[in-house]
Amino acid sequence: MTSLDTKPRKADKPARAVRSAGDRTFAGLSTGAGILILVVLAGVAAFLIAESLDAISAPAAEVPGGEGVWSYVGPLVFGTLLAAVIALLVATPLGVAIALFITYYAPKRIAATLGYLIDLLAAIPSVVYGFWGLAALAPSLVPFYAWAERNLGFLPFFAGPASVTGRTMLTAGLVLAIMILPIISAISREVFSQAPALHREAALALGATRWEMIKMAVLPYGKSGVIGGAMLGLGRALGETLAVAIVLSVSGGITFDLISSSNPSTIAANIALQFPESSGLDVSTLIFTGLVLFVITLAVNMLARYVVNRRADFSGAN
Amino acid sequence: MSTATPVRPEAPEPLAPAVRQRRGLPRFGGTAVFAAGLALAAVLTAASGWSWGLFAVLGIVLGCLVTYVVSRVVEGRRKATDRLVTALVSSAFAVAMVPLVSLIYTVVSNGVGRLDGTFFSNSMVGVVGEGGGAYHAIMGTLIITALAAVISVPVGLLAAIYLVEYGKGRLKKVLTFFVDVMTGIPSIVAGLFAYALFAIFFGPGIRFGLGGAVALSVLMIPVVVRSSEEVLKLVPNELREASYALGVSKWRTILKVVVPTAIAGLGTSVTLAIARVIGETAPLLVIVGITAATNFDPFDGRMATLPVYAYYQLTQPGVPPEFGIERAWTAALVLIIIVMALNVVARLISRFFAPKTGR
Repeated sequence: MTSLDTKPRKADKPARAVRSAGDRTFAGLSTGAGILILVVLAGVAAFLIAESLDAISAPAAEVPGGEGVWSYVGPLVFGTLLAAVIALLVATPLGVAIALFITYYAPKRIAATLGYLIDLLAAIPSVVYGFWGLAALAPSLVPFYAWAERNLGFLPFFAGPASVTGRTMLTAGLVLAIMILPIISAISREVFSQAPALHREAALALGATRWEMIKMAVLPYGKSGVIGGAMLGLGRALGETLAVAIVLSVSGGITFDLISSSNPSTIAANIALQFPESSGLDVSTLIFTGLVLFVITLAVNMLARYVVNRRADFSGAN
Repeated sequence: MSTATPVRPEAPEPLAPAVRQRRGLPRFGGTAVFAAGLALAAVLTAASGWSWGLFAVLGIVLGCLVTYVVSRVVEGRRKATDRLVTALVSSAFAVAMVPLVSLIYTVVSNGVGRLDGTFFSNSMVGVVGEGGGAYHAIMGTLIITALAAVISVPVGLLAAIYLVEYGKGRLKKVLTFFVDVMTGIPSIVAGLFAYALFAIFFGPGIRFGLGGAVALSVLMIPVVVRSSEEVLKLVPNELREASYALGVSKWRTILKVVVPTAIAGLGTSVTLAIARVIGETAPLLVIVGITAATNFDPFDGRMATLPVYAYYQLTQPGVPPEFGIERAWTAALVLIIIVMALNVVARLISRFFAPKTGR
């Protein structure tokens, strides 16, 4: 009786308390790797702040531009947002339409291949997009810019004078749009394909056309996913560097004119163009602009993830 | 019930023919009508001087318009809207294919000229004008990317294992969230981070290959974590439970059962992560710089990398410029080939090393 009584207790306790050395090391290693990632993210912020302190505390006259870091970064933030917003306005409807095409319109057999073709757009390096934007897209838009100046010149966006090289804010925005298209369409595709089959079939059974089915059963379900995807695309567009640096002809200043050759630069492109030839306080100022960019993208991405994750909680798909 | 039937015998009569004779376009009628609109656009474009851009815009507008109008007249409003959306959505896909095709065509046609032996065997030392190659840049890219992979893969895999096997509570939630957020860090910020980090230790103006590897790791780790996590989640729980039931400890279960089962997917995810960072330019521009000579030592001095090489050959081609620009396009072409090859390899890995099931 006693032996029966004590044995299980003995076997019970050690089973929980004694983990082999290997077990403890491995658990520690993998937890450590997870914590390291959080440390790195915190480190990005910390080191950027540390290196930009010089510029923040420097007298305004010594900062490039001569009016302090805030007025240096202001036009850059404007340019960054302008390019990203153009990209978003173009890419979101297109991305959603492509996602609908692949999930509900394309023949089932080739749908996966078509999706792969769109994903291919994401694989192309940003510097190559810059090359293409400069050599192919910009020249082919020049006639359109001339036409827009003549016929739509009353709008502030097309006030002109139209660029003869095509290296304008609109071109840069379009290149960015193509670059973020795969992100938006990938996430929209995912949420659209998860729309409850029962709702879709019910709509079709009531005699809805395919579009009415999508309008009733798919779009309401996928709305927050699309919003989240668009914001992730926005985050990517805000931080894109080389494509903008190569395509955009920069002169600084704030203007809404999208088709002229004098454009505000973006934060990322400005860093890429200035950093290699900078030293001292200039470097510190550029790192400060990088910090601003980091904060903006971090905020956008966190908001986007929040929106996407909230949908995941409610969807019941997992 | 039986009395009800003779009361309204005519009632279904007018309905049935209406249903049977409902007018509609024949199969592929929508496509044909859209094509008619496209042809109309071609005629109009040709009349006002041919241009592909005008044709595309006019084609889509007229195609959709003609489809809608014809369908509206023949089939009614609801069907017409449906066909209009079908036309729009299909056009959107076609529009997205235009830049892909145009980009590949532009890069290949511009870059194929210098795709020769010299390009792969020479560096840029002492090259003014013609000749020269990207040997140093290709080696630099390989070294820095390999170093980045050496840093990122263990950290990324371990973190993914933590998330799937060990993680619980708040740390797991926080980590999942911030890994997702980290995938959105702009690449240039990663470069600035590496610069800021090493400038504190080695003084301002620091440029060296390892810094580039660190910057790329910041971009690569979250990608590895995210995709490996998805793969590890796919390993059936029965396998783990069977292993525990045999008395195998947790870490040996992970190493001997979970990871080998998922190895194909892990290989794919690592390859895709490498493909994602190998074309990164901005961080390397900031922290690695550029040089004309071959430098195999990532711990000392500037290195050339393929994307940065391409960028500088295009923006500072030297005199006369055409040779530098030619080299730039060839470098871009080589870069695309490498990235595409990595994507294909990733697919092959998942196809050939997938766990054998069913026996």
